[in-house]
Amino acid sequence: MFRRLSDRASGEVTFTFDGLPVRASAGDSVAAALLAAGVRACRTTPVSGAPRGPYCMMGVCFECLVRIDGMDNRQGCLVPVQEGMRVETQHGARALTTEPAQ
Amino acid sequence: MTEGMVRRGHGIADLADEYDVIVVGAGPAGLSAATMLARFKARTLLVDENQTPGGQIYRAITLAQSADRRRLGEDYWRGRGIAEDFLNSEAEYAPATTAWSIQSVQDDAERIVGQEVGLSSTGMARLIRAKQVVLATGALERPFPIPGWTLPGVMTAGAAQIALKTSGLVPSGKVVIAGTGPLLYLLAAQLIEAGARVSTVLDTTPRENWLRAFRHAPGFLVSPYLAKGLKLLRTVQRRTRVIRWVSELAAEGEGGLREVVWRAGGCEHRLPADLLLLHQGVVPNVNFSNAAGCAHEWDEAQLTFRPQIDEWYGSSVAGLSLAGDGAGIRGAEAAAIQGRIAGLGCASRLGLVAPAERDRLAVPLRRSLARAMRGRRFLDELYRPGKEFRVPQDPDTIVCRCEEISAGQIRTSVSAGAGGPNQMKVFLRCGMGPCQGRLCGLTVTELIADERSKHPCEIGFYRLRFPIKPLRLRELAALPQTQTAKVAVLADLADTHHSADWNERKPQ
Amino acid sequence: MGACVAWGLARRGLRVCVLDEGDIALRASRANFALIWVQGKGIGFPAYAAWTKAAAEAWPRLAAELRSETGINVGLDQPGGFTLCLSDRELQANVDLMVRLHSQTDAVIYPYEVMDHRQTKARLPAIGPDVSGSIYCPLDGHVNSLRLFRALHAAMKARSVDYRADHAVTAIEPRAGGFALNGAWGTVRAPKVVLAAGLGNARLAPMVGLEALMKPSRGQIIVTEKATPFLRYPVVTVRQTDEGGVMIGDSEEADGSSLRIDHSISSVMADRAIRMFPLLGDLNVVRTWSAFRVMTPDGSPIYEQSETCPGAYVAMAHSGVTLAPQHAFSLADYIATGTIPKEVAVFSTRRFRVPASV
Ligand SMILES: Cc1cc2nc3c(=O)[nH]c(=O)nc-3n(C[C@H](O)[C@@H](O)[C@H](O)COP(=O)(O)OP(=O)(O)OC[C@H]3O[C@@H](n4cnc5c(N)ncnc54)[C@H](O)[C@@H]3O)c2cc1C
Ligand SMILES: Cc1cc2nc3c(=O)[nH]c(=O)nc-3n(C[C@H](O)[C@H](O)[C@H](O)COP(=O)(O)OP(=O)(O)OC[C@H]3O[C@@H](n4cnc5c(N)ncnc54)[C@H](O)[C@@H]3O)c2cc1C
Ligand code: FES
Repeated sequence: MFRRLSDRASGEVTFTFDGLPVRASAGDSVAAALLAAGVRACRTTPVSGAPRGPYCMMGVCFECLVRIDGMDNRQGCLVPVQEGMRVETQHGARALTTEPAQ
Repeated sequence: MTEGMVRRGHGIADLADEYDVIVVGAGPAGLSAATMLARFKARTLLVDENQTPGGQIYRAITLAQSADRRRLGEDYWRGRGIAEDFLNSEAEYAPATTAWSIQSVQDDAERIVGQEVGLSSTGMARLIRAKQVVLATGALERPFPIPGWTLPGVMTAGAAQIALKTSGLVPSGKVVIAGTGPLLYLLAAQLIEAGARVSTVLDTTPRENWLRAFRHAPGFLVSPYLAKGLKLLRTVQRRTRVIRWVSELAAEGEGGLREVVWRAGGCEHRLPADLLLLHQGVVPNVNFSNAAGCAHEWDEAQLTFRPQIDEWYGSSVAGLSLAGDGAGIRGAEAAAIQGRIAGLGCASRLGLVAPAERDRLAVPLRRSLARAMRGRRFLDELYRPGKEFRVPQDPDTIVCRCEEISAGQIRTSVSAGAGGPNQMKVFLRCGMGPCQGRLCGLTVTELIADERSKHPCEIGFYRLRFPIKPLRLRELAALPQTQTAKVAVLADLADTHHSADWNERKPQ
Repeated sequence: MGACVAWGLARRGLRVCVLDEGDIALRASRANFALIWVQGKGIGFPAYAAWTKAAAEAWPRLAAELRSETGINVGLDQPGGFTLCLSDRELQANVDLMVRLHSQTDAVIYPYEVMDHRQTKARLPAIGPDVSGSIYCPLDGHVNSLRLFRALHAAMKARSVDYRADHAVTAIEPRAGGFALNGAWGTVRAPKVVLAAGLGNARLAPMVGLEALMKPSRGQIIVTEKATPFLRYPVVTVRQTDEGGVMIGDSEEADGSSLRIDHSISSVMADRAIRMFPLLGDLNVVRTWSAFRVMTPDGSPIYEQSETCPGAYVAMAHSGVTLAPQHAFSLADYIATGTIPKEVAVFSTRRFRVPASV
């Protein structure tokens, strides 16, 4: 649904989405990097389980929520992607396990 | 500074406890306000959620490369000067920092002596004081509640522009752009210019708007918008199919967008699509000013609530100014000038410039502001989105995306006793999700007004609460705690209470 | 309160009109913590403990009736509730309170357990090391208070109660055979009037020879984003709604003037909640709010019929969620018949004039 223009110079970073390696440009937000990789839906809703994907890209709609490095419900469009980052689909509500995430 | 400017910024831990002025938002309004204040030697802090300055129009301008200049045009490139002036000023800058609360600080006589702003960045929250605060939090795209607008593959046109500005991404596959508003053709042109193949532009501007707008044509004819607008229109029309008088619109698909369905000229049409970009104008982002307790009014020309402001962009709350599109949509050029005027107002309230000097400096600014705003009425009238796209007629259309509440549920709840948006929250939880009503507030107000045959100004808006952007419980827990607060929460109970009043103090 | 009584009166076949303010009003029912709570209540006033305990016992009936009349499930859950203590002294103070409650004259006896850390952990595995112990009372529970609010409105509608929003009452005139209630919107007449206007009672009650004694009481609450279920029992300051959000409450401040959020209080509440349940630390806070409680001088309800203007009643209570069944069933019955029986008449304001016999 999106492709990357080749006339902009910027470094490359690699992160994983649901375990698979994805390449992105330094300076991408997580949401932009996922769009560039062809990911449309990045989460399911806590209410009905419907799939959703980034909508506004400016931090107001909260549709781009993903799990980043083990932390649920982060706004992918506001977080810059980083080398080695672990990004995962946000499945419904934030998961609370009895062991606190540190 | 050719290919990207120096990065400058303060981490949240390095910020002082108190400033003369805190400016929230690094768009044209906030950048200009902060630069102006720094010039008067006010100790100024500018905070913005994004990584780099620029706001919406000049997003990522400090990282922009020559290819971006070609693509996005000179209006975009102008932001470099504004950002540079700011970065060269003495003002402090806290990027990637969210402001989540603002409250007045009162002295013993209950006079407002300043503001306390809640900030959060990299997992740390702080409360920082300022004598004056300027909110320049800009606009957001008006909600566009059509059937299927929650499907992955449906985004705002502004979102696609952001992906282009920040990451050099262009839409690919089968792309449809739909809606109305002065920015629609700009966004379409920018995307096409960048190489996106847009299969169709569906223009939802209602036919009758042309008649209404005509009355304001004289102002428009002498405004810079005219030439720019015509050029954009030509670009778009030459490179893609434009369908006008679209009266109904829906996105369809299972688990993601597959087809765009619309009605025009009395017939239904369908088109397979991978990406549908929606846009029907921008409206002030009032969450902050609303939660801060500023008085708001309904703007009939722009069909939205906006904060009340005085000639120096002061709000109804002492020490709190509002500039730029957050105070009413006037466009980027006006936003920058407003920022400067608001800066003058603050500087004078801080005693850094005498009133006479302030007034003198404001004269040319006000003159350019009037010029920048010429033609706005025409645009407002022409691009007033049709009611069918603001007030969903189909009962199944989702209005509150977070809690998944439909137009039908809202209409039914009106007759069940929820006569206003705040009662509606209690009935349906609409507006209570993480976006805090940003994507449903106006729709809910207009739906209730429609159902009750009242005017939106009689219905009002959600009363919003802090934090206006989520922050972690851990961050809240690390804020300073007073002894009074501990008493109020019965912490350290055995130290602070006799068990005799324990019962009374235990309210559940 | 008003909705419970109105629905209760309509159930008895009376024609009822509810006059209410508009979309924005001081409305405790929209801002509460939604506990149905028995433990700890009624020191020096055993009748209140009895009234509360009976309310908790009547809740299943109220929930069932609301469900059958409106189809709305109010999310009643009464698994028992905990008071978690973060120090031995805190635990001791709570134990002392329960002992005193159960040893006062005419004490209402109900079961409760004092648990140490290990016993508490067996029931609430998510607690942190700072929890020194707890008190568990099997009578306690909670509901979804927003759905309760909606269900009561739907139930009123189903019983043809004439609910009028944007109808603030500014004056009440006793007239031969009834009352005239006036506002900017006009006048409504009725032979009986029940003042269930919460904080508004302070102004309205004197118009019909009643007194609505109140003291300032403000409470602040924090709500987080939705999370997967982690808490099976409500805790007096932490509960998870059936939709997943975690509510953290609630402060008690003697402040009746301002509803501004005190971040220092939020901080203490957040801090305590995290010490109780460390896994909450990373949850996103989506809202905080504060509200005034409808708090009488001793915290117990006031129900009273006017002596000078018979037919006028005042009904106000903190803990209006807990007491909802009492208001919908018993209190409505008494108002319908026109007499308040002795065991309920103890809740009149006379108790503030004669020294209480403890
Ligand atoms: C998506 C989008 C794209 C647009 N594109 C164009 C365009 O290309 N051309 C054009 O002429 N107009 C555009 N506009 C219109 C826009 O409103 C401009 O007129 C202009 O950007 C307004 O400037 P401003 O300074 O008022 O606000 P903005 O430029 O919107 O700047 C506001 C800034 O405040 C920040 N902010 C908001 N809330 C907080 C908070 N709580 N904490 C910290 N920071 C916060 C935002 O992140 C943003 O950086 C666009 C609007 C939108 C919504
Ligand atoms: C922070 C907090 C936490 C709480 N937690 C709990 C809890 O966990 N468990 C529990 O049982 N209880 C709890 N409560 C208490 C409970 O919410 C209240 O007891 C209950 O809501 C009171 O209901 P009410 O109808 O008397 O008052 P309200 O809900 O305040 O209603 C009064 C109504 O009267 C209307 N009104 C006022 N003046 C006029 C007028 N002049 N004309 C017309 N209408 C008027 C108002 O608009 C309003 O609708 C809590 C309260 C607070 C504030
Ligand atoms: S896409 Fe809207 S908040 Fe990120």
